[in-house]
Amino acid sequence: MATQSITVNINGEAKSAEVEDRLLLVHFIRDNHGLTGTHIGCDTTHCGACTVLLDGTAVKSCTVFAVQANGREVTTIEGMEGEALHPLQEGFMEEHGLQCGFCTPGMIMSSKHLLDKNPNPTEEEIRWGISGNLCRCTGYLNIVKAVQYASNKLQETPTE
Amino acid sequence: MAEPRTSFEIGGMGHSVKRKEDPRFIRGQGKFIDDIVRPGMVFMDIVRSPYAHAKIKSINSEKALALPGVAAVITGETLKEYNLHMMPTLMSDTQMVLPLEKVCYQSQEVAAVVATDRYSAADGVELVEVEYEPLPVVTDPFKATAKDAPIIRDDKEGQDSNHIFHWESGDKKGTAQAFKDADVTLKQDIYLPRIHVASIETCGCVSEFDSVTGQLTVWMTTQAPHAIRTVLALVAGHVGLQEDKIRVISPDIGGGFGGKVPVYPGYVIAIAASVVTGLPIKWIEDRRENLQADSFARDYHMTCEIAADKDGTMKALRIKTLADHGYADAACNPSKWPAGLFSICTGSYDFKNAFTEVDGVYTNKPPGGIAYRCSFRVTEAVHAIERMVDMLADDLDMDPAELRLKNFIPSNAFPYKSPMGWEYDSGNYEGALKLAMKNIGYEALLKEQKEKRDRGELMGIGISSFTEVVGAGNSKDFDILGIKMFDSSEIRIHPTGKVTARFGTKSQGQGHETTYAQIIAEELGIPVSDISVEEGDTDTAPYGLGTYASRSTPVAGAAGAMACRKIRDKAKKIAAHLLEVSEDDLEWEPGKFSVKGIPKKASTIQDVAFAAYTNHPQGMEAGLEAVSYYDPPNMTFPFGSYICVVDIDSGTGEVKIRRFMAVDDCGNIINPMIVEGQIHGGLTMGIAPALLEEISYDEEGNMTGGSFMEYLVPTAVETPHWETDKTCTPSPHHPLGAKGVGESATVGAPPAVANAVVDALSHLGVKHLDIPITPEKVWRAIHKRDAT
Repeated sequence: MATQSITVNINGEAKSAEVEDRLLLVHFIRDNHGLTGTHIGCDTTHCGACTVLLDGTAVKSCTVFAVQANGREVTTIEGMEGEALHPLQEGFMEEHGLQCGFCTPGMIMSSKHLLDKNPNPTEEEIRWGISGNLCRCTGYLNIVKAVQYASNKLQETPTE
Repeated sequence: MAEPRTSFEIGGMGHSVKRKEDPRFIRGQGKFIDDIVRPGMVFMDIVRSPYAHAKIKSINSEKALALPGVAAVITGETLKEYNLHMMPTLMSDTQMVLPLEKVCYQSQEVAAVVATDRYSAADGVELVEVEYEPLPVVTDPFKATAKDAPIIRDDKEGQDSNHIFHWESGDKKGTAQAFKDADVTLKQDIYLPRIHVASIETCGCVSEFDSVTGQLTVWMTTQAPHAIRTVLALVAGHVGLQEDKIRVISPDIGGGFGGKVPVYPGYVIAIAASVVTGLPIKWIEDRRENLQADSFARDYHMTCEIAADKDGTMKALRIKTLADHGYADAACNPSKWPAGLFSICTGSYDFKNAFTEVDGVYTNKPPGGIAYRCSFRVTEAVHAIERMVDMLADDLDMDPAELRLKNFIPSNAFPYKSPMGWEYDSGNYEGALKLAMKNIGYEALLKEQKEKRDRGELMGIGISSFTEVVGAGNSKDFDILGIKMFDSSEIRIHPTGKVTARFGTKSQGQGHETTYAQIIAEELGIPVSDISVEEGDTDTAPYGLGTYASRSTPVAGAAGAMACRKIRDKAKKIAAHLLEVSEDDLEWEPGKFSVKGIPKKASTIQDVAFAAYTNHPQGMEAGLEAVSYYDPPNMTFPFGSYICVVDIDSGTGEVKIRRFMAVDDCGNIINPMIVEGQIHGGLTMGIAPALLEEISYDEEGNMTGGSFMEYLVPTAVETPHWETDKTCTPSPHHPLGAKGVGESATVGAPPAVANAVVDALSHLGVKHLDIPITPEKVWRAIHKRDAT
């Protein structure tokens, strides 16, 4: 199996490895670098548990090859907390937007992408914005509220 | 329930305490099964059958073994050496772990490949060559009962048909007479199709065996770790595994809903492979394996009959069911209940006569019959009765709400003995329905519907007034493989007043770390922030039967309260010693004992905890801890009334849920935020089978619904904006008056949706639609075209 040497910037740190061409980005993140917050819930791009940001755009890392991320920037759930929790993380906790917690990292990353593009989404826009992420526990309403919480907080606070 | 008794800082019952488990999950620091890594760990992947019924002529592993990285190929022959090729199911049936002679369902495990990494294991699977000889297939349970049907379980001695069991409940003769005497009788076939829990985390395990010490450690996605350990000791004792040397650890679980109760072949193969190879082995299913081979729910073919007087008084109910169990009866019911708690089918209504019978049959489909977020076949029962009540209302030209109100078990009739023998603990069905009607504006909706109908628009209103039976259960009636269905709590107060509490259950998202801490806070007045709750490790937690069937709060939660009360009894003696008064002179408020009439003279529970280790009375044992194994005196009976409003596009057949009002009554509430969250989630898993989800098979046994491409789990877009409310009718026998809530909405919601759609189409002559009510089914009903 052919291999390539790649360097991917994950959460601000350059991560290099010799990888098989077929290695999926999600396995590069989880198995090669131990960042297990990104989860795998299917392998057909349906569930969204593996969502990360690739150069700021939400992608499902189970259907991206690691080599496609060479030289690019990846943000995972582990990269969301700065000096304080990200308002989305806070929102999920405050509004009870999670139960088992398995879909939560992917859900937060998709919501980040949504709020970056549309800082003040309607309920309808939030529902469409997270429609690529499945949650079996919450019934989505509290996730919608969590995103609204973050949207409000981000608009109140000046950006860094 | 009245106002909380404790302050918000203490956080006892009634406070919406933020969840203690959330800080790790929102940071991606949960520890799920695929996050477990052991030194030298290798990976296992599984070869699966493309055929639903076929002889295995040969399995050739040579090419796979030649692949770099592949360490072993495990077949039925490998396991037979250790007599581990077959395993028992929870229903006293047997099931192949890996086959020797034939496969009996599509995607059945045929062999396993162990390799250094996931990718090599998957490559190895592709290289295992299996030669099959197809056999006649039967996937229709009615055809499976025909005389000339192929016998699927010819491995079982004396099994000369595909019939598994016959079970019945109620009064057959009395019911037949009541049907004869009634003014009106109605009959309807209702099918609840196969569905799958599809938790977002699939199943898997990591198994590690130390050949020197004989210690086996299995990290495993299981809702019932203690029972699993006992089963492992029983089925593998002969190869040297003994219960004290088996440690089952259930880490964070990414959703269970019943799908993580059974022992699947993959677990057993991985455990056997780790013992045989001496290597730590990880096995993680992919989504297709999960949907295609893991246990299904429902698959009940019900023939339902209801009898009533002309004025709408319900007289009798009769239901005959054919239950399709697939290749093996691998249901997860209590041992004495092959059809689960289906006999709750008289629901919220005061029937004098009822009879039900269920026959289980084998077919060439995956084995099972688990719950899908419900207490052992309660969803099937609720769907049957709630559809039949609506059919009766339609037949009598009565309002379905009025018919329900006329026939509810009155709130002053509890405890109520049902004709099936259940003793309902408490209820106020009229209160819940009236509140739902008021909240949603029922009268205005009826008016709107009439106007819309006049304009040719399709709008429907559907009601479901369900009753559950949960919290199994009392040891007289309920056991699993003989193990009584008690549950347990062990609570230790440390010298500084902090608490470690362990339970025999296992949360899969329900929030036990928070809810159980609140129960302890309520009982002892110790702040929730000072309490650590642990579950899921058989080496540390007390023995319990696990989390399913809404039993955690009714059984383990009760055990927690009882353990606290034992602690409080001892604490009182210590307080009396500290305050130099008699015990009788003390009174308790959450968090402290004070001398009657002298409130300032008091000892806090923290003072007492310190004294229990530093200054306990002479003659008393030191320490402050207790264990409780709670055997509930009865089941609990949560209930509610749901009203669903749908709009239907007559051009496409698409059903849109415009509003959904859910009024639930789960008795006293421990954490209102968590309870509401459970209801939101349950409602979503209720509309899912009502509108979207189904697994079906063609005559060759090929599956439809085996990936998320065809198995449609609702997204945020199909899911409505839930509206919820509650009434509170405490359980008289639970120490906290609680009833359990995790499954109410999954059970109650499907008939509300089905009733709403049928209501929208009733003026077109539609009497019934089976779920899932897809746009195609609706379109055909509107345009009078059948599926052929």
